[in-house]
Amino acid sequence: MIQFENLVKRFRRNQVLRGVDLTIERGDRVALVGSNGAGKTTLIRCLLGEYTCEGRVSVDGMDPRQQRRAVLAKVGFVPQLPPPLKMPVRQLVRFAASLCAADPLRMEAVAKRLGLDVERFRSQPFVKLSGGQKQKLLIAIALGRDSELLVLDEPAANLDPEARHIFFQLLAEKRETAAMLISSHRLDEVAALVNRVVEMDQGSVVLDDRVADLVDLSSRLRCRIRLNQREGAFANAIGDWSFRGSEDGLLWEGEVAGPDRLRFLGLLTRYAALLAAIELHEAEKPNRSGSPADG
Amino acid sequence: MQLWQENRNMKHLWLNAYADIVESLRARWFIIYTAIFGGLVVLLFAYGLAESRIMGFTGLSRLLLTYIQLTMAILPIFVLITTVRSVAGDREAGVFEYLLALPTTLSAWYWGKMLGRFLMVFMPVFLAMVGAIIWGVIKGAEMPWRMMVYYTGLLMVLAWCFLGIGMLISTLARSSDVAQGAAFVVWLTLLLFLDLILLGIMIQEQLPAGSAVAIALANPMQVFRTASMMLFDPQLVLLGPSAYVILDNFGQAGYILYALLYPLLLGTLCAFGGYQVFRRTDLP
Repeated sequence: MIQFENLVKRFRRNQVLRGVDLTIERGDRVALVGSNGAGKTTLIRCLLGEYTCEGRVSVDGMDPRQQRRAVLAKVGFVPQLPPPLKMPVRQLVRFAASLCAADPLRMEAVAKRLGLDVERFRSQPFVKLSGGQKQKLLIAIALGRDSELLVLDEPAANLDPEARHIFFQLLAEKRETAAMLISSHRLDEVAALVNRVVEMDQGSVVLDDRVADLVDLSSRLRCRIRLNQREGAFANAIGDWSFRGSEDGLLWEGEVAGPDRLRFLGLLTRYAALLAAIELHEAEKPNRSGSPADG
Repeated sequence: MQLWQENRNMKHLWLNAYADIVESLRARWFIIYTAIFGGLVVLLFAYGLAESRIMGFTGLSRLLLTYIQLTMAILPIFVLITTVRSVAGDREAGVFEYLLALPTTLSAWYWGKMLGRFLMVFMPVFLAMVGAIIWGVIKGAEMPWRMMVYYTGLLMVLAWCFLGIGMLISTLARSSDVAQGAAFVVWLTLLLFLDLILLGIMIQEQLPAGSAVAIALANPMQVFRTASMMLFDPQLVLLGPSAYVILDNFGQAGYILYALLYPLLLGTLCAFGGYQVFRRTDLP
């Protein structure tokens, strides 16, 4: 579906992409990882036809620069930093929907699923929303239409745990029909979402690997944690994951989205000395029979 | 098929123009800009300008005359700075990155932005003028139709001209600081080549009259100044000897036509140049 052939991008004397060759097929969910300055954002901008470059980029055989409307009609894009648009929320949705020939109500419905009521914020300028709300709206605009390629730059960074879970569900709904390119500078943030990892370093692809596709994007894990002593910093950190604590602050219970398990375990490692016991169980799905399995 | 695509392109152009209008309405520059021109008219009335007389002009004509002279001083620099600040600023802030990832053509986006921005810079100036006229008519002053139509045309082309220059600068400069600096230099250069400043010195230093007039005719600020002067000083006595060259070569009607067409053409050429740069270079 996407083909980068010997892609080179220079900013004056600085060569940011050094002959990137990469092919991405439908059904591929690619984590594009690498440190700052590795060339991830530049690669994405070349894919979106925003940068001129040497070499060749094609999406279904089309050049994103020459046939930008046809290419971009297939693409749902969520940027890393929300643009400081002063446009009211509802107008932004209508504007994007009109350009994409999509139904704004569908975008609003996706926003609602993520926990953002567009109707409530309809007159509020987009720039005045909180970081998480902006992210939800941009995701709703990208996913609330028939996109065949999702380009997501650190998409879930500002989302609360519940919104992350819904976001993973939304991605799961698109997994058969769309290719996904998810950029992040941390693999643990996106590892469970993808079936392929592409790592970039100094403008080149240094790793291109398939990964086991075992995690159900829409799954949830029930979690119970026992501490050997009460700790305020832990309470704050786990509170961000919407966990409920016992009165003595030693027992914590909550749910974690399946694809978030690595990120969650990463959090727990910071408090390893406090942990007396951890239980993780895959929560039973309402529409599926069978007993919960140990995580 | 082609007609359908053209219709869609046109729809996208208007959508982009509308988006720019919505963005501008909430921008600080627009509030200040509107307040300046609205405040100007209020001040002119408050100081009783409509009742005073100068060179035979009284009432609304006198007020319009002063308004247009003040506008000529303020509008170019205001349009230039706000255009380059917001366009280059939007690029730096990531607005281009997001909006240009939506499926619209670059032409619909660029010209839509230009159209939306034109309405936003022209309307406050125009509405302030219309407001002054309505107020004057209510107060019983005579309606100067000819002057009103002519000045509306001049304001339109002046706004378009400097907007086009602003768009060109915005596409050439990669940062808002550079864009603002360049806009200021352009404005200062045009200002210095008004007949009262550098041009006057150059004539004193024996610059051939033809060259001086050519410079004056190429400077949109001078063209606008002379054209606005022409209504109350048809023989351009205030301009001195260069008036002969203008009147001999153009005639009054010819010069008025030139004053309307030249800035329009210059603005369009600059905007088109900006578009060519925009579509060939990195967008965000």
